[in-house]
Amino acid sequence: MSESDVHRSAKPILAIKDVGKRFSIGGQTVEALREVNLTIGKGEFVCLIGASGCGKSTLLRIIAGFETASSGSAEMYGAPIAGPGPERGMVFQDFALFPWLSVKQNIGFGPRQNGMPGEKLDALAARYTDMVGLTKFADYYPSQLSGGMKQRVAIARVLANDCEVLLMDEPFGALDALTREKLQQELLEIWERTKVTVIFVTHSVEEAVLLSDRVVVMTAGPGRIEYDGRVPLARPRDVSAIDFNQVRRDMSQRLSSHVTRNMAAAA
Amino acid sequence: MIWASSRLVDAAKTLVVPVLFVLAWQAAVKLSGTRLIPAPREVGLMLWDLTFGGVYDDAFSKTIQVHFWASVTRVYSGFFLAAAVGVPLGLLIGRVKLIRELVDPTLQLLRPVPVTAWLPLSMIFFGLGPNAAIFLVFLGAFYPIVLNTTFGVRSVDAKLFEAATMLGCRGSSLFRQVVLPASLPSIFNGLRLGHGFSWILIVVGEMTGVPEGLGAIIMDGRMLSRADLVIAGMIVIGLAGFVTDRVIVAINNRLLAWSPQHRV
Repeated sequence: MSESDVHRSAKPILAIKDVGKRFSIGGQTVEALREVNLTIGKGEFVCLIGASGCGKSTLLRIIAGFETASSGSAEMYGAPIAGPGPERGMVFQDFALFPWLSVKQNIGFGPRQNGMPGEKLDALAARYTDMVGLTKFADYYPSQLSGGMKQRVAIARVLANDCEVLLMDEPFGALDALTREKLQQELLEIWERTKVTVIFVTHSVEEAVLLSDRVVVMTAGPGRIEYDGRVPLARPRDVSAIDFNQVRRDMSQRLSSHVTRNMAAAA
Repeated sequence: MIWASSRLVDAAKTLVVPVLFVLAWQAAVKLSGTRLIPAPREVGLMLWDLTFGGVYDDAFSKTIQVHFWASVTRVYSGFFLAAAVGVPLGLLIGRVKLIRELVDPTLQLLRPVPVTAWLPLSMIFFGLGPNAAIFLVFLGAFYPIVLNTTFGVRSVDAKLFEAATMLGCRGSSLFRQVVLPASLPSIFNGLRLGHGFSWILIVVGEMTGVPEGLGAIIMDGRMLSRADLVIAGMIVIGLAGFVTDRVIVAINNRLLAWSPQHRV
């Protein structure tokens, strides 16, 4: 039994049912999502991939509770999502760290809100600071860190707050290639260790195939799910392997086929 | 050692323009032969007499402390009052839509009125005395404080609110833990501007007929045609404003250590 099969048999943690989302921008209504259905199992690593404007970030924000669906429902463990909560931790592309707090204070922010006492809080913050390899930088402010370090803090910040679902919105998009590779590996290690569920939005097919159990391809105008399939590769994966390349090519074709189709329709 | 010498060089650089200015002043007085403007040396003598006495031994000798503390008290009464009202009001205007809609238009309507135009009314409201001066200082410091605070609150990154609510921070806690620290750079900017205006307005405020104060001795100097007294008063105000501004900057740099672009 491969690892992804273990995840498949897990019970669903999130259920997106017939979700639609309309925005009104300057008197015009834009349909960002239409009839999106998605069920995610506990511990799964799912990548949402698609061109700009396909609604993948909107879907993530609905799961986070920052936006509400115009129609349909988003549920966690069968209960409707009514707003942001600690069990769903968002990692933003531009980090959104609190610039006036040090690394360890940022990481301890969530538990502090729940009134965790000082000593316990310190120990917890130290543990998660160590988990992302930033112990030496515990007292630094975000402005003194590199992009990769900032994103490590953002990940530790939601994990320290006991999040069950890690929502990542193109988290490594702003980083250079070497840092991105390193963080991808670290994220996989954290995921395997903590068994947290991950929903990861990306532009990059290679990133999706490298990281996820399952790739969900979305299309624009209005945003909907075009393809939803498992990545048939064992872990750890090697981006230079022949079978990896094959899967990547398949996914790229799925992604580009409807892009060209949409362009033909628009022309 | 290198550090110390570079500090010395920096200090020397700041002195270049004042020294050149004093030399030009001296030359201009000498070449024009004017009797209306005193030479730097006479102003120096006046400052000495104001501080230690023993030169002219008149009503102004050895009185600088009295005037200085009278002005300091008024400047900081007005300034702290403005901060105490302006910062909370700015936070509310920035954060609560209803309060913004109620208060902001009136504020914008009153703001272009020069503070000096309030002088006659402030004398009617508060009579002759320090309270009228404090009121003018308050008005002058109030607008920059309230406007900068509002601006700071309005420009807090929406993602920080999302991040904080997601981590379980809500209600008044959000205000204290996100809004306040995030707008601190703007609040400090407003305080610094308002503080500068306070020292500017003290002279106007002390035109209202108070017997003591740096503004009052400048008015006395004008009445007695003693330009040396006027310039001495100006120098003391300038120095006091400068030193207290450095104190605010030091507090600013300490509280905003996290934000390199807000260090002064």
